[in-house]
Amino acid sequence: MSSLPHNTHQVETSFDTRPAAPAATPERPLLDVHVRRKAFGQRTVLNDFRLRLQAGEVVSLIGSSGCGKSTLLRIIAGLDPDYEGSVRVNGLDRWGTTRDIGFVFQEPRLFPWLSVADNIAFDPERPNDARQRVETLLQEVGLQGLGQRLPKQLSGGQAQRVAIARGLFTHPLVLLLDEPFSAVDALTRLKLQELLSNIVREHRVAVVLVTHDVEEAALLSDRVLVLDNQAGNAPRELPIALPRPRERSDAALAALRHELLLALEAAHAL
Amino acid sequence: MAVPSTEIDVLQAESEALDALVGHPPRRRWNPALLVCADLPPVASVGELTREPTRAQDESQAGAASLSAGATQRLNRQGWNWQGLALPVALLLVWELSVRAGWVAARLLPPPSDIAQTLIELGPQGLLGHIATSTARVLTGYGLGAALGIAAGALVGLSRRSAAWLNPSFQALRAIPSLAWVPLLLLWLGIDEAPKLALIAIGAFFPVYMGVSSGFRDVDRKLIEVARLYRLSATALVARVLLPAALPAVLTGLRNGLSLAWMFMVAAELIAATRGLGYLLTDGRETGRADLVLAAILLLALLGKLSDSAVQWAESRLLAWRDTFDTLGALNSRPNAS
Repeated sequence: MSSLPHNTHQVETSFDTRPAAPAATPERPLLDVHVRRKAFGQRTVLNDFRLRLQAGEVVSLIGSSGCGKSTLLRIIAGLDPDYEGSVRVNGLDRWGTTRDIGFVFQEPRLFPWLSVADNIAFDPERPNDARQRVETLLQEVGLQGLGQRLPKQLSGGQAQRVAIARGLFTHPLVLLLDEPFSAVDALTRLKLQELLSNIVREHRVAVVLVTHDVEEAALLSDRVLVLDNQAGNAPRELPIALPRPRERSDAALAALRHELLLALEAAHAL
Repeated sequence: MAVPSTEIDVLQAESEALDALVGHPPRRRWNPALLVCADLPPVASVGELTREPTRAQDESQAGAASLSAGATQRLNRQGWNWQGLALPVALLLVWELSVRAGWVAARLLPPPSDIAQTLIELGPQGLLGHIATSTARVLTGYGLGAALGIAAGALVGLSRRSAAWLNPSFQALRAIPSLAWVPLLLLWLGIDEAPKLALIAIGAFFPVYMGVSSGFRDVDRKLIEVARLYRLSATALVARVLLPAALPAVLTGLRNGLSLAWMFMVAAELIAATRGLGYLLTDGRETGRADLVLAAILLLALLGKLSDSAVQWAESRLLAWRDTFDTLGALNSRPNAS
């Protein structure tokens, strides 16, 4: 996190509003989520749930619908303040939404009246280098030259690429993705998965990915959490200790995918 | 850049086949050099892309498809929509002929040529003054009503609390036929300009109020959620998300309000006026001159259409981003591949 001030002797008049925080370590993870309880009415969805992430780490959440995956993402993002517990980013308690966390939704959710470039640079605290940053991001997601298009002129895959670029615009420490590729066709999905794994490597951003796709989880993550519908149960955790870049055809990956499917089935059976 | 020539050939063939089907005489062949789309990035031809697969291959192909679709749409949209005039012109001809042939009494339904004559004669007698008076009344009353409608609509649309307090009352007031206000307005405001402007304002208020309040209320929650991620201030949220998202409904309200403003202007002038198009209508009735009445009606139709077209033009300019049937050709269309 090179953008954060590490120097404790920093001048008092610094314009950086972020308080100085030491770099993330295993004892002090980049993202530290502890949801003691989250309920919708009488139904408890999450109970004593913990999630810790280091910089550059990718954790996937899989599980049947209604097990609280998306709810958890919304809590981390600060979109759902109605829970008991805490979310710490870089060691600091976080209330409400923050520019340190980027969010990519299932649908692109682009503002239809803004050009692609203006969608990416929607951040109200537009930095001076906004235009250049947009160009860099467009290049990175493979859409160079399309900055002046309107969202209606994009295909589904292109729109989701723009959404990813928008999520990265603020240099977030954490990127949350809620089934980001579930609405695009199979070929586009493969390309977007490849794009995401490149982005994680380049930006060293911590990623929480909610998905239904066990192959996607195995391909992209360092760890996979399998959630079930019993809020009290701790999620089953499967480490994916495969070297990168990973090949889809890899036998070890296929074995892990199978293991994930079994775990998912076991969670369903409860 | 030019559209790939293979694309043009395909489109040309399709178009010629269509022409043959409907029996259209042969057209000039398209000139590929003229089919340029400056707003689009260079896209390789579809053929090249299939030979050399790239990362964004499927999406670039979509781009090429949208390019050609955009080009054809631009061709179709060139020129003015003359079809809209065909029916009125035909009706005028039939009307003129049937009066001349003696099928209809000219005293009750004067032919269009007589009405044109009347209009020409009215010219030196202050016709422009009548038009200006009526237009000024509409603009003043509409401006008043629309401004209040926007204010009230925004208040009710943006704040759930004020909606709970105010919306039922506004809905109840809306249920009153606006002409029912006339006696009260005359009692309170006399017989001069004030009651006319007030009536027009009342007529314009409700459509604008409805458009603005429902426009704000119906903004997609998902977009507001994106804005929340960026911690937008309340004013920034309104300016950058709510207002643009509500704009289609707001403009529809403004447009409906304007047409009602013309309607209530006539009602107000029919009741008591010494100038204006409504006065011409009354004058025509009292002197038994159908040509005068029809001339005034014709002018009202023209003015109403003119002002509506102005708003429609603004609409098409401001809402070109919408992905609707109406804006299909406004920019190049959505790609047909995923």
